[in-house]
Amino acid sequence: MNEMDNKWIGKNTIRPDGADKVTGRAEYAADTIMPGMIWGKVLRSPHPHATIKSINTKKAEKLDGVFSVATSADCVDFPVDTPVILGIQDIRWMARNVLAKEKVLFHGHPIAAVAARTEEIAEKACELIEVDYDVHPWAIEIDDAIKPDAPILHDFIKFDGKPSNIVGTLEHKKGNIEEGFKDADIIIEKEFETAAVHQGYLETHACLVSVSPDDKTIIWSSSQGQFMVRAMTSFITGIPQSSIRAIPAEIGGGFGGKTIVYLEPVATILSKKSGRPVKMVMTREEVMRASGPTSGSKSKVKIGAKNDGKITAAQGTFYLQAGAFPGAPIRGAAGCCLAPYDIPNAHTFGYDVVSNRSKVAAYRAPGAPIGAYAVECVIDEVAEALKICPLEFRLKNAAKQGTKAVHGPTYPVMGYVETLEACLSHPHYKAPLKKLQGRGYASGFWFNAGGESSAQVNITEDGNVVVTTGHPDIGGSRASIANITAELLGIDVNRVSVLIGDTASIGFSNLTGGSRVLFASALVVTESTNQVIDILKDRASKIWNIDKEAIEWENGQARPAGDNAGKFKPLTLVELAEKATPTGGPIGAGHQVNTVGAEGGFATHICDVEVDIELGIARVIRYTAAQDVGKAIHPAYVEGQLQGGVVQGIGWALNEEYIYNKEGKLDNPGFLDYRIPVCSDLPMIDTILVEVPNPKHPQGVRGVGEVPIVPPLSAIANAIYNAIGTRFYSLPMSPPKILEKISD
Amino acid sequence: MAKIQVKTKINGEETEFLCQPYDTVLDVLRKDLNMTGTKEVCSTGDCGACSITMDGRLVCSCLVLAAETEDKNIETIEGMAKNGKFNVLQKTFLEHAALQCGICTPGMLVAAKSLLEKNTNPTETEIRYWLAGNLCRCTGYDKIVKAVQAAAEEIRENA
Ligand code: FES
Ligand code: FES
Repeated sequence: MNEMDNKWIGKNTIRPDGADKVTGRAEYAADTIMPGMIWGKVLRSPHPHATIKSINTKKAEKLDGVFSVATSADCVDFPVDTPVILGIQDIRWMARNVLAKEKVLFHGHPIAAVAARTEEIAEKACELIEVDYDVHPWAIEIDDAIKPDAPILHDFIKFDGKPSNIVGTLEHKKGNIEEGFKDADIIIEKEFETAAVHQGYLETHACLVSVSPDDKTIIWSSSQGQFMVRAMTSFITGIPQSSIRAIPAEIGGGFGGKTIVYLEPVATILSKKSGRPVKMVMTREEVMRASGPTSGSKSKVKIGAKNDGKITAAQGTFYLQAGAFPGAPIRGAAGCCLAPYDIPNAHTFGYDVVSNRSKVAAYRAPGAPIGAYAVECVIDEVAEALKICPLEFRLKNAAKQGTKAVHGPTYPVMGYVETLEACLSHPHYKAPLKKLQGRGYASGFWFNAGGESSAQVNITEDGNVVVTTGHPDIGGSRASIANITAELLGIDVNRVSVLIGDTASIGFSNLTGGSRVLFASALVVTESTNQVIDILKDRASKIWNIDKEAIEWENGQARPAGDNAGKFKPLTLVELAEKATPTGGPIGAGHQVNTVGAEGGFATHICDVEVDIELGIARVIRYTAAQDVGKAIHPAYVEGQLQGGVVQGIGWALNEEYIYNKEGKLDNPGFLDYRIPVCSDLPMIDTILVEVPNPKHPQGVRGVGEVPIVPPLSAIANAIYNAIGTRFYSLPMSPPKILEKISD
Repeated sequence: MAKIQVKTKINGEETEFLCQPYDTVLDVLRKDLNMTGTKEVCSTGDCGACSITMDGRLVCSCLVLAAETEDKNIETIEGMAKNGKFNVLQKTFLEHAALQCGICTPGMLVAAKSLLEKNTNPTETEIRYWLAGNLCRCTGYDKIVKAVQAAAEEIRENA
């Protein structure tokens, strides 16, 4: 297909779910009711670390208005020392995170739950539950968790032969690191720290669950995957997947944080025990205390280079907090951090460290911003020492097609160099700066993902189209699917309606995550639509009594082609739909497959800051993000991904942090003290969409959602250095820290 | 506790409800009146997702007691489209892709409308400060600001 002829791909169409969302009609997780519905509430641990000696729920059960009480005794029992793997999660941890079993491992850890006529009664009943604890010392920070006499969270997990809070490691190696550093003319090594930050999705976790006496279960909830909800709920409650129908509500943001369950299994147990539909909605405080966040980290990065600007060796060590259970995103940190560079000798390590914090959940390119923060700051220092422009330095060492990445693969066609060139030729690169203003640069990478997807494309009786996929749409993916379907069928985009199916109405589809949704769903939707076109041609061939091969599909019509060209009046989609019954019945096709061929994404960002040295406030005053997006199916929503990711990165760099007090409790569990960027903090975020199509995808799509959060942390740190000549090695670079450094 | 009977006007319609003295307008809208377009995100006045107007004033409905709405004029997102037609802001938000997940959108629209009722020619800075109490985690605000600018321009052109 000739690019220029695209009618819908690459166009900023109005999203199919748009009207619902601007009128308040869209139904999110907390917006639904069922007849006879009651309310569930969770009792949470008051201690950061304790053994549960006993739980007595009798008084709570007796309270007027209480229908049921749940504890881990109601869950399937997964022995603590036997892994139960589901995707990247381990159900034995997930079950214990949903309802604590042997121990509570963080302040806010769920212990029990109550369903009652009102939320107020449920809360009161929670207070009547008596828990006998054996309280232990706790560890919050990485240093406290890995020191020799640290309190151990899971004493059956060993590191170096001893019980340890280091519960996992990862290593990537290339070349000979010692030789590489020997060859270097200059070596810079620095240590970094980042605070734990929350995904900050505005919609709090919520669900409504109804279980019938024969265990038929309906779950209405907001998540990044209805199939994940079904599977995890099934594991934890023991109800078979075939009995569970998980319906995806509209989702009010996830960013990775809704790739696991918190409430659904609990509400299922409460509903099963009470025979009533149970609704549960977390408060913001519960979200902050007991869901997400992503890891805080400590890292050390060493880079060596020749005077001519060639990097000879790089080494990175990353310790990431996992929270209460194993699973810190060390792969993102140790795997992505050197990905933009062609480095002959490299070695990266990742350490997964548990401590008495809430279990981390994925957050946009999990781990990658942490790795990139350290590496891209040192890259800036090496470039400075060599007196080379930091962008030129990156260009000199840029990975390209054929480069063997430190994390393993040999790169296919990719657009990293193009993002550097786009920045170098952008007016932002040369724009003048005033006093106390500075400019910083950074690059970033994310793997992107494929995985299982299903789609169904049906032609309605009046000749329009309904597409169903299995991925919750968080950022406008339905609009892109509509664009692709309309393009392939050659019809107006408004004739295509795109729906997200529940677990009973569409085949298994993996999570909305890893920047995989458009890549994967476009593949299955394209295949399904092509099958539909084939059926349509077949129907025309029956009507005209000619070979199907002698028919072409163009502009929404079947036309006789070749020798038959012009012999029959073309048949439109509407006409073929009208004749569907006599020509063979309903017209539709579905496709389900494990998609492969997702290629990584690269970005380079330019950031200007201005530092108010009286108040210690660093303000981002200009920002340009260049990214290889493969092919932008709906450019405005692609730009939106870049802008949203950048701004989350700005929050991470400048303000956001989990602050724990001396009692091991989170001190800032709300938006007042956990400050995410607001409108008045920011400039417009300029984007440059570099399009180097992914050759393994019918439309050239690459994932775009995650890469944009990778560069900002270091782009901002580098810009602040450029503005005031002080380097920061610890995030966030919040006003108190900036003031302290300046006054030194 | 005895419930309080309240008579008020919501989106131009006379409405009566019973509430507890501690119920907020947001509680009543969402739980009693089933008007779930107004969103609950923080319940502490920090996010603006619950924005409504009361006698023309922009407020966080999670911070106003339901009993205080007696004889007031409440406007919510549900009343923004009139006679099946979008308000100009609803249209420009869609055209400018100013929403991703959409959970902030009702509050954002109510807040932006209240700005444009006072000032049809706001600067970018004025828009940014007016909306500073309305959090959005998805968009980075860029397209929201542009959608408000576009709506303001349309309003001026049609004035
Ligand atoms: S819910 Fe009212 S301000 Fe957040
Ligand atoms: S669009 Fe998701 S919070 Fe604004």
